[in-house]
Amino acid sequence: MQQQQGNRFFFNVDWITVLIYIALCAVGFINIFASVPPEKSSVFNFNTLYGKQLIYVLTGLVLGLSILLFDGRVFNVFSPFIYGGTLLLLLAVLVIGNKVAGNQAWIAIGSFKLQPAEFAKFGTALLLARYVGSFNPKFRDFKSIAIAALIVGAPLVLIMLQPDTGSALVFLAFMFPLYREGLSGYFLLIFLGMIVLFIADFLVPTYILILIITAVAGLFIYNNRRKQKIIFSTVLVTVLAIGYLFLIKVAYEKVLAPHQRSRIELMLGLKTDNRGAGYNVIQSQIAIGSGQVTGRGFLEGTQTKYGYVPEQSTDFIFSTIGEEWGFLGCSIVIALYIFLLLRLINLAERQRSTFSRVYGYSVACILFFHVFINIGMTIGIIPVIGIPLPLISYGGSSLWSFTILLFIFLKLDSNRMGFF
Amino acid sequence: MDQLFNRKYIIQGLFIVIALILLGKLFYIQVVSDKYFLSAESNVLRKIYKYPARGAILDRNMKVIVQNEPVYDLMVTPSEVKPFDTLALAQALEISVPDVRKKLKKARGQSNYQATFFERQISVQAYARLQEIMYRFPGFRTQDRTIRHYPDSIAGQLFGYVKEVSPDDIEKSEGYYKPGDFIGKSGLERSYEDFLRGEKGVINMLYDAKNIAKGSYSEGKYDINAVSGDRLISSLDIRIQRLGEELMKNKVGAIVAIEPSTGEILAFVSSPGYDPNQLVGKDWGKNYMGLLANPYRPQIVRPIAGQYSPGSSFKPVDALVALQDGAIDPNTTFTCPGYYQAGNHRVKCEHVDGTINMQRGIARSCNTYFCHVFQNIITKNGMKNQRQTYAHWHDQIAKWGFGQKLGIDMPFEKKGIFYQADHYDKIYGKRWGYTTVISQAIGQGEITSTPLQMANVMAAIANRGYYLKPHLIKGIGDKKVVKKEYLEKNYVGIDEKYFQPVIEGMRDAVNSPWGTAKESRIPNILMCGKTGTVQNPHGKNHSVFIGFAPMDNPKIAIAVIVENGGFGGSYAAPISSFIVEKYLTDSIKPKANGYTVKAFAETNLLPAIIDKTKKPKPLKGDSISAKKLDSIKKLKDSLKLRSATTKTVSTKPKKLKTVLTDKPVIQK
Repeated sequence: MQQQQGNRFFFNVDWITVLIYIALCAVGFINIFASVPPEKSSVFNFNTLYGKQLIYVLTGLVLGLSILLFDGRVFNVFSPFIYGGTLLLLLAVLVIGNKVAGNQAWIAIGSFKLQPAEFAKFGTALLLARYVGSFNPKFRDFKSIAIAALIVGAPLVLIMLQPDTGSALVFLAFMFPLYREGLSGYFLLIFLGMIVLFIADFLVPTYILILIITAVAGLFIYNNRRKQKIIFSTVLVTVLAIGYLFLIKVAYEKVLAPHQRSRIELMLGLKTDNRGAGYNVIQSQIAIGSGQVTGRGFLEGTQTKYGYVPEQSTDFIFSTIGEEWGFLGCSIVIALYIFLLLRLINLAERQRSTFSRVYGYSVACILFFHVFINIGMTIGIIPVIGIPLPLISYGGSSLWSFTILLFIFLKLDSNRMGFF
Repeated sequence: MDQLFNRKYIIQGLFIVIALILLGKLFYIQVVSDKYFLSAESNVLRKIYKYPARGAILDRNMKVIVQNEPVYDLMVTPSEVKPFDTLALAQALEISVPDVRKKLKKARGQSNYQATFFERQISVQAYARLQEIMYRFPGFRTQDRTIRHYPDSIAGQLFGYVKEVSPDDIEKSEGYYKPGDFIGKSGLERSYEDFLRGEKGVINMLYDAKNIAKGSYSEGKYDINAVSGDRLISSLDIRIQRLGEELMKNKVGAIVAIEPSTGEILAFVSSPGYDPNQLVGKDWGKNYMGLLANPYRPQIVRPIAGQYSPGSSFKPVDALVALQDGAIDPNTTFTCPGYYQAGNHRVKCEHVDGTINMQRGIARSCNTYFCHVFQNIITKNGMKNQRQTYAHWHDQIAKWGFGQKLGIDMPFEKKGIFYQADHYDKIYGKRWGYTTVISQAIGQGEITSTPLQMANVMAAIANRGYYLKPHLIKGIGDKKVVKKEYLEKNYVGIDEKYFQPVIEGMRDAVNSPWGTAKESRIPNILMCGKTGTVQNPHGKNHSVFIGFAPMDNPKIAIAVIVENGGFGGSYAAPISSFIVEKYLTDSIKPKANGYTVKAFAETNLLPAIIDKTKKPKPLKGDSISAKKLDSIKKLKDSLKLRSATTKTVSTKPKKLKTVLTDKPVIQK
């Protein structure tokens, strides 16, 4: 009993997830080490990127383990305050934040820089879990959808104002936990449809799109000609879709910044630019592609060593993995992530409390968004959206926020037998 | 559980599908396509070419006559250029800021991603200034290279020039030459390009994204060292080459001197010449245009591209062939009344010598004598067989090298004109005989030869019956190798015994009181020779001398042509004598007649500039009848006395005269 008492804090922790977490951090450290110019890495130095990352990893681990010391109920009880706190930070960063590369995303505390958008993720996840856990809405009514949208939308809008579109996009990941809890699949389909129409609008003339939409709707109505309700909603959707098409045109010009427009056009192959905005993506693809099957080997990547890929230790760290470890290395990293994601979903499903399940889904889906967008960006199937690769990219804020996100869930999971 | 539980699988399925999409794309760019791998290589790998030093050229006494000088080029890769301080660069190069922009624009026009010349041959000072501030100009780098230098500033046309390769050269070289490489474009630089150029070296360097060199690729495993070009040892004797150019100053013409026993060319003067250093480096264009604009056309390599009637200098060959054929013997005499009656036309002689033998005929250059010789040769098989006999005679003469390239190791050699019997068949049908082509008896009319051919004839006579193909390079690298064909004796088909009387005639031409070149006698050296006076319808006659020395065991054979020099004995012969004396004794003794090198060098014989718009048309387009008239006219021209010129012309029918004056002329 005495011994069990001593292990109380780490009782029932899913160590497999912790191992994957450590493995991914190690992958990050190794590749950040490789992307530092060689002459600077001859002596181990804590002022280098990899030196700092080692500190972040170690402190992150300490942070994660100390989260396990908390009582799991704390997170449920305090979730409104945590959420409120992150919203205040997001407001604060708009006022006192430092502008870095056009984005007002950082708060400097001494030499330490804090990125509130990273912490807003788990704040939002906690409050959303609390809301769903407490009220058990099925998202069939307008009110519950509106409340969920408000919880997710508030930080999203504040982040958009920085403006940090990439981080804001990640908040769309909350659609999946809501879907799991009963939100109609149509929302996902509509969302998917909007993306498809958005892309199609660039590749196909608008009037042809309108013809296609009308034709599909007509066919659908013909097939369901007896059901008035379906006819009505189909007409409504068609009108909305066509209206959306025109809205895109306006929004694209007025809302998106020029650099965002050019990134989208580059991704869609509507223009090529080897030196400007397209440079990152092309160099990243060259680096990854040059790794071939087995990679050039650790510290042997010429593109990595000689700095051909900008932002290589942060958002484009995957190019180092691709170049030095090849298709095999990339596959292993992706497999690690997928294993982690699937495991998180399985862990979430075994929770007794809805709070823990919703939170677990949120964690998995946020990670998924990051992984998909980041890797997709480095290999040119997603426009350049500056968000980090979880646990691998260089940076304290990002590493710690993912650590907190993950370890809170591990704590909740270890308490799954508890009562709340 | 409930239906919602199944949504777990939809979400997990989505994760897996997305992961497969990512892996699919990764598989494509990493495993299927090698485009990205190659792009990565071209990102970091630069091939830096190391230009080898071009081979030097030495003269026959191992004195350096062509060498190299280091120069620096500033290269630019436009795509790597970042905004830079144009003023600083302009000041370092001592050019204006707009020039910097202009040059950059021009480089962009050539290639954005390849290094192209920004400024060629920057001065050593500019190079030193630049080295200190180079880091401020990403995309720029300097490249060192050597250019040609000619310490003696002579023999421009002989060496030719080296120039950046043209797109055409690059294509023909099948990948050897790259833009910016240099290639020998003419002269020896061209004919020995493969030896002189050496082998380019390659250094595979790694560069980082900021275009800073990061060391060699694979520890230099794939690097190639530059190999310097082979040294060439030319047969030229720089002492007489220099003397020859000095003597030919302000004159148009050529000198070729050959060592008879080897065929090695000792002097190769083309006048007017130019300083070969002019056609080196960045002033090439300006200077080359200047040469092209020179009305005396220094770009023509006259020893091999100038085609002159051999004139009277052809007579020794005539005599030798006649002796071999048995058409005459050394004692055969003909009577010279001061002319020779060729059909309806009279070939005039410059003198009335009465009855003379062959030796004196040569020494006195008697036209009448050699017209008779020619008549004897062509008619020896009967009047009806003249065509066949001519054809045979043609082949005999052709053995001496007339009408064909001698195969010198220089590009653009001309053949000269020497027609086969067929040519006359085409013009005259079957109705032609020795009288039709009698002008050839005295080296006029439809026969031209290059100075090289004439000097070669002398070498063959000096050798008593054979020549070795004349050539300019006697050794490549450390080996004394020449082409095999330069070591073979080419026999001219004359038995050795027939040479003595002809050579004695040639000796007399220089060394007897009645000789045509008696003013050019060299003390203590028996030079044999033959003067020629080539008719020039455009102005003063051309002065020709061919000869060799000493008479026994000859060391040098020579041909000199001075355009507008008049009588052969007046300029060509004395110039020859200076060169021969210099070559054989390494000094020039004062002459009894007061001839000095200085006086000859100072004489200006440049003709008045001919209006280019009145340039004669080429022969090809002319009608047969015009060619007939042409032939007759040449005969007239070549046989008349200079003093009789006006008289001769005035006695001609008016109609003929107008036609004649418009006629094209072969010799130039």
